[in-house]
Amino acid sequence: MFITYHDGSSREITIIDQEVPYPDGKLIVSRTDTAGVITHANQAFIEMSGYSLDELIGINHNILRHPDMPAAAFKDLWVTIQSGKKWHGYVKNLRKDGAFYWVKATVIPNIRNGELMGYTSVRRKPSRSKVDACTALYAQMKMDMPS
Amino acid sequence: MQTYTLSVSPDFSPEHLSGWFIFNTWLQKSLATPFHLELYDEFELQRRDIQLDKIDLIYANPYDAAMLVREKGFKAVARPANTSDEAVIAVLNGSAYLNIDDLKEGAKVATTHDPDVHMMGMIMLEPADLDRSNVIVTPVHSYVIVAKQLLKGEADIGFFLKDAFHDLSDLIRGQMRVLVESQIDVIHHTLLAGPNVQHLIPQLLGNLLNMQDDAKGKAVLESMQMTGWLKMEQEDTEFMIDLIDTLIE
Ligand SMILES: Cc1cc2nc3c(=O)[nH]c(=O)nc-3n(C[C@H](O)[C@H](O)[C@H](O)COP(=O)(O)O)c2cc1C
Repeated sequence: MFITYHDGSSREITIIDQEVPYPDGKLIVSRTDTAGVITHANQAFIEMSGYSLDELIGINHNILRHPDMPAAAFKDLWVTIQSGKKWHGYVKNLRKDGAFYWVKATVIPNIRNGELMGYTSVRRKPSRSKVDACTALYAQMKMDMPS
Repeated sequence: MQTYTLSVSPDFSPEHLSGWFIFNTWLQKSLATPFHLELYDEFELQRRDIQLDKIDLIYANPYDAAMLVREKGFKAVARPANTSDEAVIAVLNGSAYLNIDDLKEGAKVATTHDPDVHMMGMIMLEPADLDRSNVIVTPVHSYVIVAKQLLKGEADIGFFLKDAFHDLSDLIRGQMRVLVESQIDVIHHTLLAGPNVQHLIPQLLGNLLNMQDDAKGKAVLESMQMTGWLKMEQEDTEFMIDLIDTLIE
């Protein structure tokens, strides 16, 4: 299938309906520039996304966007972080192999000497009940407002 | 000559602390400057003295480091080369809990006042829908007391700094098993210099980075169970603070 991003660009992706469980005790960390282009990713990020570091650095973070995620969630993310605030949310991410993994994500602006330099995101293991609630919520959001 | 004060985050076992006395002697010689080592049993007492600007050089846990840099004008100098700060959640060997998802509301948690370990412990409970509103948290003064709470059956789970868990005596540790352990890698203690001693940073950093290359320095490192120091760039510090920020609700 094809996935279309907020700027109208699209790419072909493979989807397999298979969840990869979030490993206990790990944090997945990445950083981007102000436009959402990946500048850093830790080992847990590499393992869970299925991409190599070389494949990740320099590309847009939307490479992880899963088609089940409603556009409104990311709109909320960007409005929040661009106003200098911290964003929390539950995100279903797409792996390189087409499988998915759920995370509880936090994104914060990186301010250096009063200037916005980019963003940092840290993900942790979500609870099953939150994942179930968000699965239902996001499906409803997509029905109400197909992207 | 003015005497400055060196302090250490109160999360270490006595064995680690003797190493800091040896380090303080090395520090005074290497900088030809008097330092007094001030140790605290409790985080609260140390924080009070930080607020009163009584501490000049501090080996701080990552959580306090964020506060020291952002609010008190401290600068990161160096970090230990071989370790990062990880948290362990332990239970008694005979406990019915085999993984985090087995834990239920009302679980009794023994923890210390160590802010980063407590934070990591609570994060590792989240997948079971547990948070401070539905577990019973008892903060105690040391990891040995956390272990005792488990052994006496007064707590279901205990939060430990991983190093401190492994520092427990075999007799005590042998009665417990690890339920879950963090693998964060990027959060660590940091040696920070306050405004009064920042003129010493270039010399101090040079001496720290050379410690592993001479016999005396190496012996000091060994007594602290360290292999050496790495320079902390300003951006490394900012990154770690951002990371801690994402974890604080
Ligand atoms: C630091 C940071 C981390 C992000 N992490 C993710 C992520 O893990 N998964 C994801 O789908 N989008 C993530 N995003 C949002 C993407 O930039 C993007 O907005 C989203 O994937 C939707 O794509 P689109 O906005 O191009 O339509 C992140 C953004 C930032 C700034």
